[in-house]
Amino acid sequence: MTTVFRPYEESEALRSDRSAADRQRHREKLRRALKENIADIIAEESIIGRDRDRIIKVPIRGIKEYRFVFGDNEGGVGTGDGSTRPGQIIGKAGQRGEGGIGPAGSEPGVDYYETEITLDELVEIMFDDLELPDLERKILRQLPSERTAKRQGYKKQGIRVHLDRRRTVRAKIRRRIAAGVPAPREDEEETEGFGFRKEDLVFRRLVEEPREESNAVVICIMDTSGSMDRLKKYLARSFFFLLYQFVRCKYENTDIVFIAHHTEAKEVSEHEFFHKGESGGTLISSGYKKALEIIENRYHPDLWNIYAFHCSDGDNFESDNPAALEAARKLCAVCNLFGYGEIKPLGSHYYDGSMLDLFKRLDADNFHAVLIERREDVWPAFRQLIAKEREVAA
Amino acid sequence: MSGWTLRELEEWDERIREKVAEFGLDCYPQEFEICDHNAMFGYMAYHGMPAHYPHWSYGKAYEQIKTLYEHGVTGLPYELVINSNPCLAYLMRENSLLLQILTIAHVYGHNDFFKNNFLFRTATCASETISAFKTRADRVRRYIEDPSIGLEAVERILDAAHALAFNRNRNPSIRKLDPEAQKRRLLEQAEPRPDPFAEIHKRPKRVEPELNRVPLEPDPDLLLFIRDHNRELTDWQKDLLTIVDEEARYFLPQIETKIMNEGWASFWHHRILTSLELPQELHLEFLVRHNQVVSPLRGGINPYHLGFMIWRDIERRFGGEGSKEARAKLMAVRESERDQSFLRRFLTRELMEELDLFTWKPRGEHLVVAEISDEEGWENVKAALIKQVGAGSIPVIVVVDADYRGTRTLYLRHEHDGRDLDIAAAEKTLAHVRTLWGHKVHLETKLKGRPALLTASADGFDAKLLV
Repeated sequence: MTTVFRPYEESEALRSDRSAADRQRHREKLRRALKENIADIIAEESIIGRDRDRIIKVPIRGIKEYRFVFGDNEGGVGTGDGSTRPGQIIGKAGQRGEGGIGPAGSEPGVDYYETEITLDELVEIMFDDLELPDLERKILRQLPSERTAKRQGYKKQGIRVHLDRRRTVRAKIRRRIAAGVPAPREDEEETEGFGFRKEDLVFRRLVEEPREESNAVVICIMDTSGSMDRLKKYLARSFFFLLYQFVRCKYENTDIVFIAHHTEAKEVSEHEFFHKGESGGTLISSGYKKALEIIENRYHPDLWNIYAFHCSDGDNFESDNPAALEAARKLCAVCNLFGYGEIKPLGSHYYDGSMLDLFKRLDADNFHAVLIERREDVWPAFRQLIAKEREVAA
Repeated sequence: MSGWTLRELEEWDERIREKVAEFGLDCYPQEFEICDHNAMFGYMAYHGMPAHYPHWSYGKAYEQIKTLYEHGVTGLPYELVINSNPCLAYLMRENSLLLQILTIAHVYGHNDFFKNNFLFRTATCASETISAFKTRADRVRRYIEDPSIGLEAVERILDAAHALAFNRNRNPSIRKLDPEAQKRRLLEQAEPRPDPFAEIHKRPKRVEPELNRVPLEPDPDLLLFIRDHNRELTDWQKDLLTIVDEEARYFLPQIETKIMNEGWASFWHHRILTSLELPQELHLEFLVRHNQVVSPLRGGINPYHLGFMIWRDIERRFGGEGSKEARAKLMAVRESERDQSFLRRFLTRELMEELDLFTWKPRGEHLVVAEISDEEGWENVKAALIKQVGAGSIPVIVVVDADYRGTRTLYLRHEHDGRDLDIAAAEKTLAHVRTLWGHKVHLETKLKGRPALLTASADGFDAKLLV
């Protein structure tokens, strides 16, 4: 018997990333699987409820490799600590006990796998799915106070910090070769007279340019009257989440405004918007008027791309309808896109009041109304809305 | 490096090899490769093979190993060793000197086991392991690069084949009869047994054997059966099925001897290291590490632990430490058993009580201890354990008919042993079978004690209870 030791070789380790291609392929498959199930994933409460500023990781079911395996109708065998008694509870069904009870020696086949993806990646996949063209943008507002320096070419003179070392050395080597002087070996002193000269120096040329910014504001208007229950609010929230993510990835600077209304409207914080329950009746026009007021005060339509979206169950006081229609018309005039989502858990739109009919009379091509009856509708409804935006932009 | 030099490793290896020879272990030539943890992820993802065909599942395995490691859920194994001649093992450079010594000794245990256990000897050819994996990798790559085939088409077959890889004959040492011999046997079995009292007995009715059925006898080799009987498969598709089956054949002995093999290696690393007269600080680290390796898994089975305890028990019962008789017994057992027979023959009631082995069953929403290793329970516990180890963790599925009711439907049967199939997994796997077979597939099984038929067809999946 002989034994060979093969020492560690760093170059080898750096060069051979043998699994790179298979990892890449796995990622592609994951993305594809994600796309196919995006509607389900978007509707998962765990994602919608996230704080949007933090980059978080979302567990996604991995791509499983299926085999014929046993279910757990028969149980299994375990090792105890010496005090095990019949009847003792050792874990919960479906969780497979402490430390993972499972048949020994079954490594190939056991597949409990979750992969992680950041919220940003997820959003990117979402919008890949939509195949969006670039949107029309409002006049870019220039912010001269924020300048950025951009590299553009090279020059022979400059200040020390802009010295480009690599090009400088290259220039020197070029000069040496031209002069026919051989390069010094590592252990030799630099040949006399071949240090750096002024003409070798190369500096980076920097130009300043004012940053241009495109601004967008998302105005979320939600009916918080007594008739909006938890489920309705949740559906609305999913929708606002998508809209916000969408606008955010299109514009550098995105503001968001929350308006809650019942019979009167007020601007609220995000937390209040989603969590505070109100009661009472509904005057939709109050929400729209508040939105118009905010736009007038803070977001001039020449400088801002305005996206307004309103979620309600459509249960408006009859008498308010003309006012609501009028305000909606005004909103359409100033917004890039104004959307209305009517949230009616399955079937209820047959007997409740609806604004959908009313808004049919609204003659504006940047208005779009959708009906959301259950979770699964959120994504298709959003797609419809975005398709509208695309038409408007085109 | 973590405080050691290659020179030191070689010196320790020399001393370990002296012990290996003294204890009578019989090993292939050994090769150790020092690698970093990134390379280790890579080797682990590809089962330690220096060359292996590409497939996304290995990329997934890599990510999984890496994620678990980086989140500190699992450490990396100290060693990775493959069954080849020369025997190839990897040592992680980040490990301490003691871990390297322990690993080296442990690897020699595996090496001896690979070389001598009958399953490895009959099912694998160690001297060709590396080149066989390399050749298979080249073949798969060629198909992927072939513009008329391509990655997607290859993946489709590999995905499906991987799903069925271990639904194969578990006894590679038992040769399958060819169809002619099977026919002869069926005819022989149909003849009435010679009966000395034939005169007074009623003549048994002769049942004509079905000689035109394919297969003649239920066939457990799903991939090979499909390869040989689906005439619509092209040559490269058949070759992919062969490749996957060959790999499964190579890995099956490791599944079948997990407890024995890990126990054996742990038994010998323990014996070797205690006899090396390690300096104090190394010795303390050794005790800590060894106890980590062979600590019981509460509520489950740690194969290192169970195997180690049984081997020690065998040595004690057959002559005691260092005796010639005990050594001969150990060597004989490691040669001729697999996990199931090993447990059946050598796991005693006393040891089971000491280990506090028990069975659990789901009851309502809880998992509840059913029986423990006491007077009434131990035999049932032992039987349950034997049932789930080795290839016992894989359901037995056989092909019964390749042309069910003359419709090219493939009829499979699950040999039910009390354990139901996981239906969600069966649904997806059956779809894979259909991909390979190209026609409808039935799978007969039992659900909660009642016979059931699962079907994968063009209309999707269907499960219904028979009667």
